Amino acid sequence: MEVQEAAGTGQVTKAIQTREGFQAEDTARKAEMQENGLEQTREFVCIGCPLGCNVTARTRGEEIVDITGNTCPRGADYVTKELTDPRRIVTSLVRVRKGVLPVVSVKTTTDIPKGKIMDSIRVLKGIELQAPVHIGDVVVEDVCGTGVQVVATGNVETK
Amino acid sequence: MKKDLVIIGGGPAGLAAAIAAREAGVEDLVILERDARLGGILNQCIHNGFGLHTFKEELTGPEYADRFVRQVQALGISCKLHTMVVDLARQQADSAGSLLVTAMNQEDGIYTIEARAVILAMGCRERPRGALGIPGYRPAGIYSAGTAQRYVNMEGRMPGREVVILGSGDIGLIMARRMTLEGAKVKLVAELMPYSGGLKRNVIQCLDDFGIPLKLRTTVVDIKGKQRVEGVTVAQVDEKGKPVPGTEEQIPCDTLLLSCGLIPENELSVALGVGMNPATNGPFVNESLETDIEGVFACGNVLHVHDLVDYVSEEASWAGRRAAAYLQGSLEKGVGRVSIRAEGGVRYTVPSSVVPGRMEQEQVLRFRVGNVYRDACVEVSAGGRVLYSRRRRVLTPGEMEQVVLKRAWLEQIPEPEEITVSVREGSA
Repeated sequence: MEVQEAAGTGQVTKAIQTREGFQAEDTARKAEMQENGLEQTREFVCIGCPLGCNVTARTRGEEIVDITGNTCPRGADYVTKELTDPRRIVTSLVRVRKGVLPVVSVKTTTDIPKGKIMDSIRVLKGIELQAPVHIGDVVVEDVCGTGVQVVATGNVETK
Repeated sequence: MKKDLVIIGGGPAGLAAAIAAREAGVEDLVILERDARLGGILNQCIHNGFGLHTFKEELTGPEYADRFVRQVQALGISCKLHTMVVDLARQQADSAGSLLVTAMNQEDGIYTIEARAVILAMGCRERPRGALGIPGYRPAGIYSAGTAQRYVNMEGRMPGREVVILGSGDIGLIMARRMTLEGAKVKLVAELMPYSGGLKRNVIQCLDDFGIPLKLRTTVVDIKGKQRVEGVTVAQVDEKGKPVPGTEEQIPCDTLLLSCGLIPENELSVALGVGMNPATNGPFVNESLETDIEGVFACGNVLHVHDLVDYVSEEASWAGRRAAAYLQGSLEKGVGRVSIRAEGGVRYTVPSSVVPGRMEQEQVLRFRVGNVYRDACVEVSAGGRVLYSRRRRVLTPGEMEQVVLKRAWLEQIPEPEEITVSVREGSA
């Protein structure tokens, strides 16, 4: 909990502990949690840096009980985001008519909820553009109600 | 035809080198590119994650390439597309005379350019099936991951519907996601090593997000099907990488993608007689990224395979500036060359030698380690003196590392002969 708060507010009070310190605290906390029961456990590999810490999160319903195994605040940040609101930038293709290439690459301008990835892909599959298409051209104004634009990331000139 | 500078390859390395050379005052230069457009492999890398270092934003491959292509156009640098360089030679074998670049295209046929300097920027290619020794017939449906990437992302064609991927390099991981988004079923990614060869981010966002299984210490031992791939047999391997009998598993599929490593494309360099480093499969270069043949520079994946294009651009731009200095006669002769030795876990360094008199105040030294090291210490020493020592929490073969070598350090040493770069485990 403390770790999570520290990460959430961007403060590093708890986070600047040694790894050993973290682990000792982890063990104590795990024992405490086992007494309460009911929680669910999920394992993550942090993608914040090449270290790739194995991070364990315990949740009870919507609530994050604790996050352990991370060696810096970015680990807690990452797992909190993955548990509460996982988002991804989506990149894919859209068909192009009368272009030098039959497809053009596209992306969402910012990340969208992970659960909307396949829906977005389905929307893009149904679109056909007319060449020429240029980088930055808006392909979809608001994809799947996310409020996020899909734009072209490539140039396809007319054949 | 005569040119001051010929740049072979119009990918990220060639583009950045050309821009830097022009900005440094080289007027008479040309980029030779065999594809129909500039940008190289970036054009088929439609995923995001490019340019975080260079532009402080996350671009897709084609967008990253476009930033450089626009600069090349704005500077009026001449580019020959659809043009393949077939030979590179010295005019007179024993002198520092012109370099002869023989190229061909449909308009001009075969022609030769006499160049005062050349920048090698040919990039790399994928390790093919033939180099992997997988038994079985040669049915349709076996592609290198990058070939499949080009078919899907540029030509809008799907190589197959049920896919197994051998090798968990970044291109393999990226293609697992691409094929899934395009409606294919990726049944398995098999990796020979006990760890993935790709970035963590890609394992999670390309495999885990879509429930694609990754099996480590696993390889393909047989390919079924005569006309078309009908399935593959995978098996676990032991510590030596040998398949373990009894662990075989049949997986029906119509496509096998191979993502098993990249090899710098140095046929031209070898033809010219450039000295090659067996650790990188690229040329040996000095601080100016000049090979052991005067006036011939190298940068990007032809020099050593990079993980991030940002570093390719940075490196290539340095090669471009140094080639300009060479052409303008301001690159001093290589007197007092100090070789750089990679030792104790460091597989290689680029550059592999420096001439202190030709160095700028700071010189980037890039290297890779041969194993995973935790809490290890990177050390640079010369003349019995430790010049640099810093602890790194983790070093892995999959991530290129760098140290900044300072000219001032070398000036403290009377007559430096050799610089050693090493990794020591445990202490700081």
